[in-house]
This record gives sequence, C-alpha cells and structure tokens, in this order.
Amino acid sequence: MAAALPRSRERSRQISTRLTIGLFLLPALALYLVFVIAPVIQAAHFSLYKWNGLQPLTDFIGIKNYQVALANDAFRTAIANNLLIVVLSLGLQIPFSLGLAVLLNRRFPGRAVFRLLFFLPYVLSEAITGIVFRLMLQPGSLVDSALTSAGLGGWVQDWMGDETLVMFTLFVIISWKYFGFHMVLLLAGLQGIPHEIEEAALIDGAGRRQVFRYVTLPLIGPTLRVSVFLSMIGSLQLFDMVWVMTGGGPLHASNTMAISMFKAGFKATQMGYGSAQAVILFLFGLIVALAYQRFVLRRDTEGALTMSAG
Amino acid sequence: MTTQTSTLTRRARRLRIAGSPSIAATAAWIVLLMVAITILVPILYAVLGGFKTNGQLVANPVAIVPDPWVFTNYTSVLFGDNAGTFWREAANSLVVAVVAVGVTVTFASFAAFVFARFAFRGREAMFTLFVLGLLFPSAVAILPLYILIREIGLNGNLLGVALPEAAFALPLTIVILRPFFRSIPRELEDAARIDGCSSFAFFWRVLLPLARPALATVSILATVMTWNQFLLPLILLNGADQWTLPLGVMNFSTQYGQDQARVLAFTVIAILPAIAFYAFAERQLVSGLTAGSVKG
Repeated sequence: MAAALPRSRERSRQISTRLTIGLFLLPALALYLVFVIAPVIQAAHFSLYKWNGLQPLTDFIGIKNYQVALANDAFRTAIANNLLIVVLSLGLQIPFSLGLAVLLNRRFPGRAVFRLLFFLPYVLSEAITGIVFRLMLQPGSLVDSALTSAGLGGWVQDWMGDETLVMFTLFVIISWKYFGFHMVLLLAGLQGIPHEIEEAALIDGAGRRQVFRYVTLPLIGPTLRVSVFLSMIGSLQLFDMVWVMTGGGPLHASNTMAISMFKAGFKATQMGYGSAQAVILFLFGLIVALAYQRFVLRRDTEGALTMSAG
Repeated sequence: MTTQTSTLTRRARRLRIAGSPSIAATAAWIVLLMVAITILVPILYAVLGGFKTNGQLVANPVAIVPDPWVFTNYTSVLFGDNAGTFWREAANSLVVAVVAVGVTVTFASFAAFVFARFAFRGREAMFTLFVLGLLFPSAVAILPLYILIREIGLNGNLLGVALPEAAFALPLTIVILRPFFRSIPRELEDAARIDGCSSFAFFWRVLLPLARPALATVSILATVMTWNQFLLPLILLNGADQWTLPLGVMNFSTQYGQDQARVLAFTVIAILPAIAFYAFAERQLVSGLTAGSVKG
C-alpha cells in the first residue's frame, strides 16, 4: 500500500511529461509535415504520371518525365546555368566576400558604416532588386550612358538580351545582393579567432600571406564551409531575380531549374513533368548536402583522431 | 609572465605596422569605398530617379541631381492615383508577415522547448527532420503545395500563403532557439518546480521572458524572410487584390512600363519598410544569422 502510492504518482508524472512533449511538438510538427515534407514526397509521386493537375491521377508513365526532361535542351540549359552560378559563386563571390571580411577585420574609422552598407542588399527583396537593375540595364539607360560618357562606348552590350552574356549579368547582380551576407558570416568567423594565434605566427617569422594561408584560413574553415553550402543551395534554386529580369530568356538562355519547373507546372499545366524537374532539383540539393555532411564528418573524425593520438 | 606576453604582443603589433605601410591601408580604403559606391548606385538611382520626369531619365540617365525636382511620382504612389494599389499591397504584405511570423515563432518556441529540455526516444531523429528543411531547396515543394492549398480551399487567401511561409521558416527558427533554451540553467528549472511550476508554467513564466533577445532575433529573421517571399505568393494568390508588395512591384513595372519614373518611385516606397526595419534591427539580424550558420 505504502509502495503503491508513490509508484502511481510516478506513473502519472510520466504520463503528464509525455503529454507535455506531445502537445508542445504537435503544432510545429503538423505544420512542417503538411506544408514542407508531404509536398516533397508528393512531388516524387506526381513525377511518375502524365498529369495536368486537375483530373484524377491515373496516367502512370514511369520514368518517362525524367527521360523527357533530361533530353530537353531547355532543361539541360537550366541545369548548366545553375551549375555555372554555383561555380562562379564559389570561384568569385565567396573569395571576394572573404577578402572584404579580412579588410573589415581591423579597427579603422568608418568600419561600422561599411559593414552596415555592404549587408544592406541582403534585406531587400530579390524580385524588387531585379526590377531596379532591369531598369538600369535597359538599352540606353544608366549603365550604357555611364559607359559612353566615360569614353567606354565600345563596352556597351545588350546586357539581358545577349544569350552568352545574360547569365554573367545575372551573376553580377546576384553577387551585389548576396556578397554582404557571406562577408558578415566570414567576418564573424574571423572575429572568433584569438589575435594571439596570428601574432604568435608573425613572431615566429611567418609572412602575412603564410599566416593567412596556414593559420587564418584553417581556423575559419567551419564558417567558410557553411558559407559555401548556403551559396550552393541558393544558386541551385535561383528563381525570383531571373523571373523578373528575363523570365528565363532570351529563348532559354537564362533558364534555371526552378524557372523551368515553374513554367512546366503553371504555364503548360504539366504537373507531372514539372514535378520530375523538381525531383531532379532535389537530387542536386541532396548531392550538395551529402557532400557537405561527409566533408564535415570526415573533418570532425580527423580532429578526434589527432586529438586522441596527441 | 603577463609582462612578457604584453611585450610580445606589442612587438607583434609593431611588426604588423611595419609590415603594412600606409599605402596598403589606403589601398584597402579605396577598395572598400569602390564597393560602397557600387552598393549605393542602384539605390540612389531608384531614389533620385523617382524625383525625375521620364524626360529627364531618358535625356540624361547619368545626371545625379533631378532638375527640377518632381514630387508627383512619390505623391501619386502614397496619396494619389496609385495609392489604392500601394496601400492595399502593403497591407497584404503586413498581414502575411504578421501571421507567418506569429505562427512560426510560437510553434517553434514550443518545439524548441521540448527539444532543449526533455529527453525522449526519437528526439534527435525528429530534430534532424527539421534540420533537413535547411538543407534542401524549398522550391522543390511548390507544385504539390499549390495542389494542396487549392484542395483545402485556401488558394487566393492570404492565410494560404502565410501558413506555408510559416512552415518554411520553422527549421531556422527552431535551430536558433534550441541552444538558447538549453543554455538556461537547470537549477532555475528545479527551483521553479519546487515552487510548484508545471512544465507549461516554467516555459511561459520563466523561459520565454529570459529568451526575449533570442525571440526578437528569430522574429526579425522570419520577418525578413516572409516580407521578401516571392515564389509562394506568385503561385498561391489569384488576383491583384491579394498581391503582396514584391508581386505588386513586378506587376506595376509591367503596367507602367513607359512611366519609369513612377515605377522607380513605387519601387523605392516598397523597399522603404525593409530599409527602415534594417536600420532598426541590423544588430539582431546579423547576430541571428551568424549564430544560426556558424553553429550549423
């Protein structure tokens, strides 16, 4: 009798704890499953059908949508364009952001103003930014007449209408909007490095370049990896800016996977075909995520091994 | 020992100064200044262009100062012909942002509380499920999302945009809140329990008030995310009377394609809230993003 009472009290406490966990998790979990996870799974399902989005889902065609997408020139251009933006971002935008972060990582008058200004484009809507740039880049508008009045009239181009140039134009504008974000991340990483470490290396006779390469760069490695990862995911799902500036044109020259998927789903009402493109986009994201995880995990185990060895 | 270190530090500083003559510092300054100008040009072009006539814009696009200054573009957007469009779209944006941020921060606080302060089977797996939301391109979900919203009858309804936006903002919000909730000392919770607090009372009366800075940070991040959302409203809203600002600006720029000065004025007024918000909350925004990503 005396032992039974605490036990039942213990049990009721356990039940109430479980109830709390369940009730607290339920809203977020339900919202997330319904509006994020389920649609992703459904995309995989839809992609196996020929479907206009209205009639019942009956016309099963297996992997045909994937075959059509991968054989389609416009979609192949889209994949190539997304990969081009990934490569340009990693090769130019991130090094540029890192360079600026290094410059801003010392005390000098005006530093706070520069940081505030460089980060500003990040909070602006990508679509609205695209519209302002579209107006500036129109033939005869600000960019063209600035070049002409600087005596560089020969440099004037059809910035958004030239098939070979349009992706590079878009890349410059994407960089305008996002370099400040990466710079702020990397600056936070740099500020986390104790000055003593770099100073010690300097005293030991290392040159500034060596200090950067062998001390600073490895120490901001984790931040740099996050920056690289976010940049890749962002480049893969590029939509807003391209949609307002070129709509994927001229012809398919600035197509991206998201643009192509959107057009298939809503302009041509081929929901099945569009979903197949969505799944291909997902797979690219998955490859990036897995590579990132693996890279990070390997680094972490390496660290653990060296630590146990030392 | 300390004197030795400080001598070393001083020597290092001297070395650094010797290694970087003022030429390098000047060069750095010039680079930063050029980047700053690059950032400012499009913004100033839009702001000043809004004070020009179309004639001025076409005749001399490089002219910096409007001559004469024209106020009708801005006044027509704020109080005149286009005021109805602008204020309706601003109100729509505000409704979506308030609902989406309210829902995501509330739900994420509940979830982060459980993830941070309870031990149960499947906790890490469930947390990973949310982290996955940060890892894949969200555009993947939009076609089925469109079908789903249509089926539950929320298409063309601002709520039908706000809920998915809240769902997309959940992962980042939970990932930032969890370590913060975790850092609140165990002793505090024990003390609250001894005083007879239930789990909910502890959460509500102790944890949330202590977490106010973190809640402000995630609210600001979620506001920026939802305020600028373009793709979801584009597919989920039906008509002009439901459009949010980014959609409205796109449409306005097509509708008034020949009236560039007015488009610029509309654009500037549409981004003004974001700029004001940034000026007001820059610190939290930066700290939130760096905390979220540096830990991720």
